Amino acid sequence: MIRAPDRVTRVTIEERLTTAETLPASERISRISEPPIIELDRFNAFYGDFRALLDVSFQIPERKITALIGPSGCGKTTLLRCMNRMNDLVRTFRHEGRMTYHGLDLYARDVDPVEVRRRIGMVFQKPNPFPKSIFENIAFGPRVNGIKGNMAEMVEQSLRQAALWDDVKDKLNQSGLALSGGQQQRLCIARALAVHPEIILMDEPCSALDPIATLKIEDLMRELAKDYTIIIVTHNMQQAARVADYTAFLMMRQDRAGELVEFGDTDTLFTMPKDKRTEDYITGRFG
Amino acid sequence: MASYETAGPQPTLRATGAVARRQAFSRVSRYVLLAATLIGVGVLFYLGFETVQKGAGRLSWGFLTSYPSRAAERAGLRSSILGSVWVLGVTVLSAIPIAVGTAVWIEEFAPRNRLLTLVKLNIANLAGVPSIIYGILGLAVFVRYLGLGPSILAGGLTLALMILPMTIIASQEAIRQVPPSIRDGSLALGATQWQTVWRHVLPGAMPGIMTGTILAVSRAAGETAALIMIGAFTFIAFDNQSVFDDFTTVPVQIYNWTIRPQEAFRENAAGAIIVLMVAVLSLNLAAALIRERFRQD
Repeated sequence: MIRAPDRVTRVTIEERLTTAETLPASERISRISEPPIIELDRFNAFYGDFRALLDVSFQIPERKITALIGPSGCGKTTLLRCMNRMNDLVRTFRHEGRMTYHGLDLYARDVDPVEVRRRIGMVFQKPNPFPKSIFENIAFGPRVNGIKGNMAEMVEQSLRQAALWDDVKDKLNQSGLALSGGQQQRLCIARALAVHPEIILMDEPCSALDPIATLKIEDLMRELAKDYTIIIVTHNMQQAARVADYTAFLMMRQDRAGELVEFGDTDTLFTMPKDKRTEDYITGRFG
Repeated sequence: MASYETAGPQPTLRATGAVARRQAFSRVSRYVLLAATLIGVGVLFYLGFETVQKGAGRLSWGFLTSYPSRAAERAGLRSSILGSVWVLGVTVLSAIPIAVGTAVWIEEFAPRNRLLTLVKLNIANLAGVPSIIYGILGLAVFVRYLGLGPSILAGGLTLALMILPMTIIASQEAIRQVPPSIRDGSLALGATQWQTVWRHVLPGAMPGIMTGTILAVSRAAGETAALIMIGAFTFIAFDNQSVFDDFTTVPVQIYNWTIRPQEAFRENAAGAIIVLMVAVLSLNLAAALIRERFRQD
């Protein structure tokens, strides 16, 4: 349940930062009962001298939907992009601490980012289909990864999984850019599924979509969570409450470094937040 | 009792005093600027008109298909047109891979360090080097050192060097136009950097690369100084068969005809200029069409 924002006691983010009384991390950040697929241990991210994430430690469960929420600039997207090494593309990026995938250090020297990204796929904020046919959009992933088999079948299966098959089965040779925004985003999800990843990272996948398209994507996420681990960044708290099994709330400190304030199962986090900052955020007092 | 009397005379909204002076200056400036524009355009039109008037009479099928001759009325452009085609062929085939390769390295692979800054600065500067310097370089390296002689290969490679900076810069621009989201999408699917470049960046940049290359080639098509420097022959009375042949090109032929004392050869030169202008303008038009076509998609 989300309580109505209390206008009278609305506080600025700066006030909140200075007045927050912090519980020890062990009380704010729950341990999960399921086996973790990704574990973070005091993970820090830097862009040059700027610290974007400070000592983030928590576990992400397998085949569940985990939402990362928090105000703009709190490091949600940075955290997500660290999980499949997409942040390697930022020249000034470096990290400290550990992030593991099935217990394997994602940042070990012998880890190849290309291999990581095949297993941990990503869907971006703005739908970014390739300027090619729908078929080619899906076929690209399997092709570059050397996945053998009947391409037409693989394309159909991925489109079915993304609930897009019925919309596009008669126009597979049309450009992916000719689809509507919501369809484009489902095409991007289908494209990610085609390389058989284990985890799908979603960076505000619905922020460029209308409410109906958003609901379709959310339904799709619930469906996919049976087979895949989904980690979604969203600044729409209702969306987190609707789809996520677990929710992590991040916030930036006064030095603008993002920290993990609270993590736990979504129902508890939204109904009985342990930290005052979480409560203020989900009740709309700031952010 | 309040009084609403205004101080001084009735106000006016017409331009007076300083405003009038400033406005007068502004109005005059429009005509001065127009005059500046007309000087450039006017000279160009005058030259075009003169050339057409002088050379149009020489244009005929025979003019295009005859070898040069000591008799002006029998001389034609056959060997120089063929020579131009051969030389530009060598230029395009050698310049495009090097230019695109350089541009891809700079934009997609190069570490952002001092070396890269130096390379970029150099390319920008090379674009401004006079063509005759490239001619000297071609003479020293291709003609003499590599022993190619004043051949089509030496000429084509010299022109390739000359248009490389332009082509690289145009290719860089085209590559930068490919949205980063396409690269992210490709990399996030487990494609390597090369696969991303080959399957997405280059196809996306191709129209821009082609446009830039065509414009550079049209510049090479009119190049004279560099080719004279490497010793392009001006009297070729045979069809070129291989890249090791001696050659002449249309602009070299024009140069040769203009320095003859006889008036008849001047007419030949004017006719050849018309041919060259039509060819270059067609290339530029093709570049513009490619750009337009892909802008719509």
